[in-house]
Amino acid sequence: MSRCLARRSIDHAVLERGEVANSWRTERWDSLRLLTPNWHSRLPGYRYEGADPDGYRTMPETVAFFQGYARKISAPVRTNTTVTGVRRTEEGYAVATSSGEWRCRALVLAAGACNVPTVPAFAAELPSGVAALTPFQYRNPRELEPGGVLVVGASATGVQLADEIQRSGRAVTLAVGEHIRMPRRYRGRDILWWMDQTGVLGQRYEEVEDLTRARNVPSLQLAGYADCRNVDLNALTALGVKLVGRLVGIRDGVAQFSGSLPNQAALSDLKMNRLLDLIDEWAGRNEVMGELSGSLPPPHRFERTRIPASPPLSLDLKRGEIRSVIWATGFRPDYSWLEVPVLDRKGRIRHDGGVVDSPGLYLMGMQFMRRRKSALIDGAGDDARELSAHLASYLDGTQVQFARARSDAADSFAFLNTSG
Amino acid sequence: MSTETEKQVQNGVNVDALLGAREALSKAPEAAKFNWRASCTWMTGTHSQTSIQSFFGLGQQQSHKTEFTFDTDHPEIFASEDKGATPVEMVLAGLAGCLTAGVASIAQLRKIQLRSVKATLEGAMDIQGILGIDGDVRNGFNDIKVSFDIDADASKEDIEALVAQSQKRSAVYDVITNPTNVAVSVNKVSVN
Repeated sequence: MSRCLARRSIDHAVLERGEVANSWRTERWDSLRLLTPNWHSRLPGYRYEGADPDGYRTMPETVAFFQGYARKISAPVRTNTTVTGVRRTEEGYAVATSSGEWRCRALVLAAGACNVPTVPAFAAELPSGVAALTPFQYRNPRELEPGGVLVVGASATGVQLADEIQRSGRAVTLAVGEHIRMPRRYRGRDILWWMDQTGVLGQRYEEVEDLTRARNVPSLQLAGYADCRNVDLNALTALGVKLVGRLVGIRDGVAQFSGSLPNQAALSDLKMNRLLDLIDEWAGRNEVMGELSGSLPPPHRFERTRIPASPPLSLDLKRGEIRSVIWATGFRPDYSWLEVPVLDRKGRIRHDGGVVDSPGLYLMGMQFMRRRKSALIDGAGDDARELSAHLASYLDGTQVQFARARSDAADSFAFLNTSG
Repeated sequence: MSTETEKQVQNGVNVDALLGAREALSKAPEAAKFNWRASCTWMTGTHSQTSIQSFFGLGQQQSHKTEFTFDTDHPEIFASEDKGATPVEMVLAGLAGCLTAGVASIAQLRKIQLRSVKATLEGAMDIQGILGIDGDVRNGFNDIKVSFDIDADASKEDIEALVAQSQKRSAVYDVITNPTNVAVSVNKVSVN
């Protein structure tokens, strides 16, 4: 967004609570790699030029990537500036920060969709003696108590942690609710390559039937390991991970699991196969037209998700078998500093493709904000180009004597929740 | 695609009304709060009769067109008179009715013409639980198996997706697969 504003000669500042790429520095576990391949992170005027386009960035590499971009575009970043309050003024917005107040006519909220791990209310019922961690607190398996681990949630975070912790020698039980199964590679290419080429990632928000649903789809069961291994439920079962249904409550220290696991797996298999059908159909069309370079391996389908015959419906957490619980139950944005009345009854910002329901206020980096890829690094460019155009015409339209504007954000870049 | 949109499907489900209700209720979530009711009178032995007529929803009292009554009892092998289905069989009836209604509604929404839908249900239970023989055996079902036979103008995958979606949106499926707080109170006691 800063690059797009600069190109339009719109005076702005980027407020960052820590250093550039703060979330990537401080809120990620040690082994995490981006779930999107290196080549896929294309930002306006910036792309991967290293020797491993198909690899997946480590966190230090991700930090360096953003630092490099900030330098390249000379982004006017004010580091170590924490936003503590945003309110509406007559001319625009007043932004209170740890180092004084800013006034601006337009404001872009690019603080990210994953500021706070969400943990169910019944987490309070965990018996004492069982350690509870969020993904922000988890660093590596060595820091866990010896003994069994219950990982709650089987989206990107949950399956990656289950994989890593089971491999460390601790017995993992994985509570599985709604999830999106995804192979890392299909027919010789990364799944992101297919989703990019077929236009799935570029699908616009006006085109989907149920946008609320599309914005709440869980993250894909992917990992960015060098060996490109899958982290779907079958892969985890093969490692020895025990699958149980969604954790629905804790009563008298006993965890209760839903009996819906077979259907959750069936829904996910069907959904994955619909994507593979779409890919095969697209590949068939383009192979015929000779537009696909190189020959593709033939289409195939993955084995159905294997579900144990009668997965346990309860697990006594007082027995000592489970020593740690990891809440991989999702994340939410933090708007505690936002004093502009733009939240709906579910605490989400009311916006139309990032144009917030308050003049001159914009949003970046949210799930399916303008496109399916809006929350990915690769999605920021297209969204920023369109929103900066809207912002520029908004500034042109407001009759203020001095045409200065500052666009401030609580974090330097759209926090891109490929990991969440 | 034009044949798809013009395709006439009639499963007897008014999808427009359902979608309209969804739209209206998403704007007025209070009206979406329903209370379903049943009242049960003991007849004799294990025979009881449950009546269902009124319910609350859309912000006001509502009523079925007529009162429905259901007899529940136990079979003769339990030394009962078998004047009705067992309560656990009524649970299966509820699950079957809910999933099948879901299949029909979703088929209509997805423009799939159903010709026949038949669900067969089986709930496995070890009655050592209810008889108090073995405290480690639960009272309720260990497993419920539902199998659908569906004849429709759709692919196998589309039909599987219908059935999966109907489970995802089913109230009774949720009631059975997830815990529910149940509060039982005693209102009036007459003692001689």
